[in-house]
Amino acid sequence: MLTIIWSGDYAGTMENNANTDVIQGTLDMLILKTLSLEPMHGFGIARRIEQITRNVFKVNPGSLLTALQRLERNGWLDAGWQETENSRRAKVYRLTHAGRKQLQNETADWQRRTAAVSRLLKTEA
Amino acid sequence: MWFVRQLVRGFRNLLRRKHADKDIADEVESYYAEAKADLETRGLGSEEATRAARMALGSPTAFREQVRSYGWESALDGILQDLKYSLRRLRATPGFTLVSITTLALGLGAASGIFSIINGVLLKPLPYAHADQLVSLWMTAPGVKITDLNMAPSIYFTMCDEQRSFQAVSMFTTGSANVIGKVHPEEVHGIAATHEFLSILGIAPQLGRSFEAGDDNPDGERTVMISDGYWHSHFGGSREVLGQRVNLAGDPATVIGVLPASFEFLDEKPDMVLALRIKRSSVQLLNFSFRGVGRLNPGATIEQASADFARILPMAVKRFPLPPGMTLRMYDDARIAPNLRPLKKDLVGDIGKTLWLLMATVGIVLLIACANVANLLLVRTEARQQELAVRAALGAARMRIARVLLLESVTLGVIAGAVGLGLCWALLRALSTSDLVHLPRAAGIGIDAWVVFFTIIVSAGFSALFGLIPVVRYVRPQPANALRGGGRSMSHGKDRQQVRNFLVVFQVALALVLLVTSGLMIRTFRNLHHVDPGFSNAGEVETVRIIIPDQQVKEPERVIRMEQAMLDKLQAVNGVTSASITSSVPMGGPEMNNTVFAADKTYPGGTIAPVRRYKSIVPGYFATMGQRMLTGRDLTWSDLYNGGMVAIVSENTARDMWGTPQAALGKRIRPTDKDDWREVVGVVADEHTDGVDKVAPTVVYWPLYAKNFETDAVSVQRYISFVIRTPRAGSLSLRGEIQDALWSVYADLPLAQTDTLEMFYNRSLARTSFTLLLLAIAGGMALLLGLVGLYGMISYAVSQRTREIGIRIALGAPIAQVTLTFVRSGLLLSAIGCGCGLAGALILAPLMKSLLFSVSPSDPLTYVAMSVSLIFTASLASYLSARKAAKVDPVEALRAE
Repeated sequence: MLTIIWSGDYAGTMENNANTDVIQGTLDMLILKTLSLEPMHGFGIARRIEQITRNVFKVNPGSLLTALQRLERNGWLDAGWQETENSRRAKVYRLTHAGRKQLQNETADWQRRTAAVSRLLKTEA
Repeated sequence: MWFVRQLVRGFRNLLRRKHADKDIADEVESYYAEAKADLETRGLGSEEATRAARMALGSPTAFREQVRSYGWESALDGILQDLKYSLRRLRATPGFTLVSITTLALGLGAASGIFSIINGVLLKPLPYAHADQLVSLWMTAPGVKITDLNMAPSIYFTMCDEQRSFQAVSMFTTGSANVIGKVHPEEVHGIAATHEFLSILGIAPQLGRSFEAGDDNPDGERTVMISDGYWHSHFGGSREVLGQRVNLAGDPATVIGVLPASFEFLDEKPDMVLALRIKRSSVQLLNFSFRGVGRLNPGATIEQASADFARILPMAVKRFPLPPGMTLRMYDDARIAPNLRPLKKDLVGDIGKTLWLLMATVGIVLLIACANVANLLLVRTEARQQELAVRAALGAARMRIARVLLLESVTLGVIAGAVGLGLCWALLRALSTSDLVHLPRAAGIGIDAWVVFFTIIVSAGFSALFGLIPVVRYVRPQPANALRGGGRSMSHGKDRQQVRNFLVVFQVALALVLLVTSGLMIRTFRNLHHVDPGFSNAGEVETVRIIIPDQQVKEPERVIRMEQAMLDKLQAVNGVTSASITSSVPMGGPEMNNTVFAADKTYPGGTIAPVRRYKSIVPGYFATMGQRMLTGRDLTWSDLYNGGMVAIVSENTARDMWGTPQAALGKRIRPTDKDDWREVVGVVADEHTDGVDKVAPTVVYWPLYAKNFETDAVSVQRYISFVIRTPRAGSLSLRGEIQDALWSVYADLPLAQTDTLEMFYNRSLARTSFTLLLLAIAGGMALLLGLVGLYGMISYAVSQRTREIGIRIALGAPIAQVTLTFVRSGLLLSAIGCGCGLAGALILAPLMKSLLFSVSPSDPLTYVAMSVSLIFTASLASYLSARKAAKVDPVEALRAE
């Protein structure tokens, strides 16, 4: 469902060419994590994810906004229209209490999984 | 919580779609703006940044659509849009829409109607708690050819002591009694039952108390519970009713409680439930004149209960004495065994087979209707092929196109289902007011939530089924072909025509199956009408039943004198040609069976004699009924008053016992070896007293009044029916005069079962009439729909080949030959359909064997007649539609292209 949209000129400004789609199912966690730092609008989230992951993950904007709707409807995010710093209006998302809890769960779950996978890979080696 | 939120937000978005859309559009726009601003901070110019953002993010429309497609509400929204589109399209072609809806509604209405009946009669549980635990305690005695043997007190008492698989068992009997009221005596219908009865059914009184063990004590006070209706009509619904007395034919009973208004038992609402009081110390082993009911332990099965019952049966023999004249050998020879069955089965009987047959029938009609609509849809979709190709070329997903097509047929189906429910309602009303149909549990038949659910599922399911045919054919179009307009300039794809041909063959085959089954039913009906029931001109025989209770008139001789006096009065009624008395009216009366011993036969070692049907009569019975006397003479009144030492037997009894009717005369017979011998003085024609579709039982006609008979010193029938032959039968004025005549002998005697003999006769044919009626309707519908399908198929083929026909005619082909081509193709299809239908009917007809009467399920005459008439009508339909080809004007046809 995720396709590479960040390409052409814009991607050219970044150094890393080993771009990857966001791993299926992790987009929610990445969004929650990003929003746990501060409330942000959609583009801000995408930019932040790419910056932090050093462009390893690319975010499809359509998937991002759909995921934001889903998370909001699950009660993990609140959304509202606000003025941004450069006096444009944007829909800003904020993590709720339930969202914070969900992030903890997903983080723990993720770590458990990755630990298991890396253990497996080590024994293989 | 999550679910509620989904629902609430979804609905909010649906209701404020515009607002939600604007929100998304705004957000997408702001996303672009932020991306552009971001790029500008990296040093791009404004225009360049706009272009770059556009490149990176793609089309804003696609972006918006992707975001917009989130949530169940947008899926629903899409479907709603498609639905609006299909409704618009259906409105645009009212002819097609009307024809399809009518066709489907007929099929669906019939299916819902039959399902309502099945639901009300077979599927609904009886109106008691955990009704599936209720079991009727029947036995069977193959040794004396009795399938359903009643319950006996000896066995009831043994069961009470020993059984392990029931929560409780009860013994009961239903009947009528005369209540001596304040004004008139009246006949009430009641149940006499041991005290467990109501608690087994789970019925609690609305007032007072229910029966307890003490109520069964014959030395105690006689107790009764009355129905809600009786309480209101006779006691004004007063709470003072408790403790009051009801005079049951001279035997007072104390009212202890009032039954709930909803109480019913075996389709009847009894006026009262009496305590059945039997003195255990005087019970003999054999008295099978009661019925038993039990409630199984939770989790117990009927098989386990049967095994338990079989274990108990031999115990009764050791605990209760045999009646005089019976030996243990006779008891063993009868081979009594359990024959338990669900209580519901007692009520419903074997109507289930008929109903499922009818359900299968309407299912077939429905399939034919669907095939017709599928054909119409195919034509319609073919005309749309270009539109579909354009849509596909513009990028519509295949699923989306399929959904549009399917929605159209499902919409048709659901509208037709709603119309069908209306038809179903009308059908049920017509059935409920018709005399033809006597269904058990008829009051429970109606349109309830299950029927509506069934109709929705069936209409949606079937419409999806026929809707899939065009989807499968056309959703994978070769856009290039379709866009080029292949339909016009190229000749037809063979496979397309094949689907339609297949549908026509399918319809003709199914129609033939139904025609054959209706034909077999018609033959059955005719055969039944040709059976000589043993009486003649049943419409001229009036019957009326009375009871002379022994509390009122004790001495048997006074009873018979009174009955004879009544008969004399009846014979004097204007227009009455003859009248007589019987213990049971054919097809209407109680059924009594007992052993018949003959003086010229030996019964070694106490073996049992064959059981025959018993009827008690007075002189003039055969003359009144129009039953032929084969040899010998009728009874006379002096025979009766001289101890009734004579008997008359039916022809089959005579043949069974002595070979010929003549040989029976002068032979001596008796019920038991404690009775006096009676001489056979006459032999009469067989009487189909259980219904014309049943084998005539072997009957012995005894005098209504007799000495030393059935171990009684003096025996008389108090429960009798008068049969009165008069052209005035059935008229109200006659009934008034009959009542006056009877009341002049015994004032205010309650009269029951005042009907003509014809009513009993028709009722015994009711099941066949009902099946025949519905099968004939279904067969007619199937034929009509099949022919419409054939007609439509040929018309369409003609319209598609107009150009070719035009060329042929222009080149000089005779018109008749052109027409013949189409007729021939129609005939070929019908012939193939007929062949398949014949094979299908041969396989399916044996399933209805139990409904047929002296006609084989593979009756050649029916098969041939129905095939010939089908082929004939099919060729007519083919000819009518092929005539269009002859009307083609070659100039017009060629110019049209």
